[in-house]
Amino acid sequence: MAEIALRNIVKRFGSLVAVNNLNLHIRDKEFVVLVGPSGCGKTTTLRCISGLETPDEGKILIDEEDVTNKRASQRDVAFVFQLYALYPHLTVYGNIAFPLMAQGLSKKRTRQEVDRAAQILRIKHILNKKPRELSGGDMQRVALGRAIVRRPKVFLLDEPIGTLDAKFREEMRTELKKLHVDIGATTVYVTHDQVEAMSMGDRVVIMNLGVLQQVGTPHEVYHKPKNLFVANFIGSPGMNFIRCKPSRGPGGKLALGLPVINTTIAIPDEIQRTIIDKKKEEKNLVLGVRPENVMFSRKKKSNHLETRVYVVATMGSYNITDVRLGDETIKVRTAPSILPEVGETVYISFDPKRISIFDEETGDSIV
Amino acid sequence: MASVRLASLTKTFGEVTAVDNIDLEIDDREFFVLLGPTGAGKTTTLRLIAGLEKPDQGEVYLGNVSVNDLSPALRDVAFVFQYYTLYPHYTVRQNLEFPLRSKLRRLSESEIDAKVSEVAGVLHINSLLGRETVNLSGGEMQRVAIGRAIVRTPKVFLMDEPLSNLDAKLREEMRTELARLHLDLGFTFFYVTHDQIEAMTMGDRIAVLNEGRILQIGTPDEIYNSPENVFVAKFVGSPTINLFEASIETSTLVVGKKTLVCTIPGTQRSSLEKYTKRELILAIRPEDIEVSKEKKEADSFKCTVYFTQSMGVEDILNLRINDLVLRALVPPKLLARVGDTVYASINMKRSHLFDSETNMRL
Repeated sequence: MAEIALRNIVKRFGSLVAVNNLNLHIRDKEFVVLVGPSGCGKTTTLRCISGLETPDEGKILIDEEDVTNKRASQRDVAFVFQLYALYPHLTVYGNIAFPLMAQGLSKKRTRQEVDRAAQILRIKHILNKKPRELSGGDMQRVALGRAIVRRPKVFLLDEPIGTLDAKFREEMRTELKKLHVDIGATTVYVTHDQVEAMSMGDRVVIMNLGVLQQVGTPHEVYHKPKNLFVANFIGSPGMNFIRCKPSRGPGGKLALGLPVINTTIAIPDEIQRTIIDKKKEEKNLVLGVRPENVMFSRKKKSNHLETRVYVVATMGSYNITDVRLGDETIKVRTAPSILPEVGETVYISFDPKRISIFDEETGDSIV
Repeated sequence: MASVRLASLTKTFGEVTAVDNIDLEIDDREFFVLLGPTGAGKTTTLRLIAGLEKPDQGEVYLGNVSVNDLSPALRDVAFVFQYYTLYPHYTVRQNLEFPLRSKLRRLSESEIDAKVSEVAGVLHINSLLGRETVNLSGGEMQRVAIGRAIVRTPKVFLMDEPLSNLDAKLREEMRTELARLHLDLGFTFFYVTHDQIEAMTMGDRIAVLNEGRILQIGTPDEIYNSPENVFVAKFVGSPTINLFEASIETSTLVVGKKTLVCTIPGTQRSSLEKYTKRELILAIRPEDIEVSKEKKEADSFKCTVYFTQSMGVEDILNLRINDLVLRALVPPKLLARVGDTVYASINMKRSHLFDSETNMRL
């Protein structure tokens, strides 16, 4: 079993609070991804779990054992660094065998363990090579092999595929995920790339400026973001935002005024109710809608907003068209056959079942 | 008039042929992307155009002029490197002014000022002009690097993976900005990258390079929907295209170890007849595999969900049937879980066939 609990973790570097009161529980066998922009505190958090850093406040428990003050070497975790740190003078075999030899394991058992790891990682054919002869991808597999043989309770990976080519990163993401399905050990993975986080995590832990923003499954953080940061950070491209203010229409219904283009749009009854229930009628709000939930038409339609095409990006299986709404930009996802001209006037509306509303001041989600 | 023309260009380093007999023509004002894996020869090609390397064979033409013997400074190209190489203790303004202060230009102070303001405006860095570049974020530094290239109003703008050091989210934003910048400025952009998303998003045309050789040149649509060989089919598109061993038997395609039998669409049958019994490769993109919980089509086959990747807007399913593994893109509402049995069918009209030996399209 390998559960990890982080309780009220604070870590400072001088006056900088790198990790600010983090509480997190990771279940046995879970693949959890810590994701956020550079400087958000994810690597510091990982290093605290490993023992390479000691938190200034708070506790770290592995399987309910308080390991906060235990040395890294005594925590039964294996750390895979971004820059593989392979021993240049040892062969691939030697690199992978090293932790086992250090433990005093017999040559025979060492051989068995290394072969098992090499089989899983498909690196049997390079066991005799030295690191300088290997490609980036192979080196990374060796680094993983060195971690796997230790059969640790927990794998900790710090942006291990960041330095690889984009195409290769994609392959390795699938391989790492498959590896987790096959080996089934608790894994904590750090990345700044939300696509990586979404494609690999059982749950995703989103951080910004040292503060935990949201924890959830990829589905949850995508469809129910807790605040503006998460809504924009997750998704390629992120959620569109338009400033709005609730206003009472002639029938007494609540609608949303969009100051950017001096128009009011209708909103479904449930959303009206929620805004009222949460006492946000007088507040400055933000309307959020994902690019795939923006409806697009070249002909003027009722309830549609007039916009101008700013730029079109063809992605192969879909297109992203940027349109200008006043001085705001809205991204629209369409089928690849939709190719408007730059400068063309087009009309958009939002799928009412799929809009989100946030409080502009706090950034928190309302609907 | 072609802005840039490479004719039979070759460059070797010892035993390695980095650039192998390349022919390319880039139109004026085009956003041209050279796409390929690390080590393909992209940076070397760029350096040959800039004049930072001399070719062993072939010519580089800028406009209609052969520039083989022209030094980089006289070629009127601007280079944006992967590592911005800004002057660290100069301000942003000083960095932007620097190329304009060269003796070759002879601009007055007011002319220099005007140019710097114009460029800073285009790149939204007006507020940073007084700051020393060491105090800038990655994204800001990269804008200054681009600005320093723009002030020179070069004939060609050469960019070597300028976004690869930025965080993923910032890269996304910068892609749109670069595309827009290109539209606004109207310069010829020659952009080099290993990231096919960048190439697809920004390029007017893309040249796919591997091991020093060009494999295909085309618009993003052509490269994506009509790949001429297996390498291009694999390299462009995310998730990666599915590839299977296949052979033709009468009017069907037998896939894998006789795992699947797919009906060849009527329109394709006669042209494919001559390839009967040859070893082929069937390629199908993940979005062209239909998946449902029940058997819907005659050709749909039962498979097991090995694992899923939830991307929010869609899910990637890793499916298994006997010896075959397929990646399929499906809407999240399908709710397929690991271990589930589902039915998949291949949209044969969107499939590609390649010769197994030559890896070329049939």
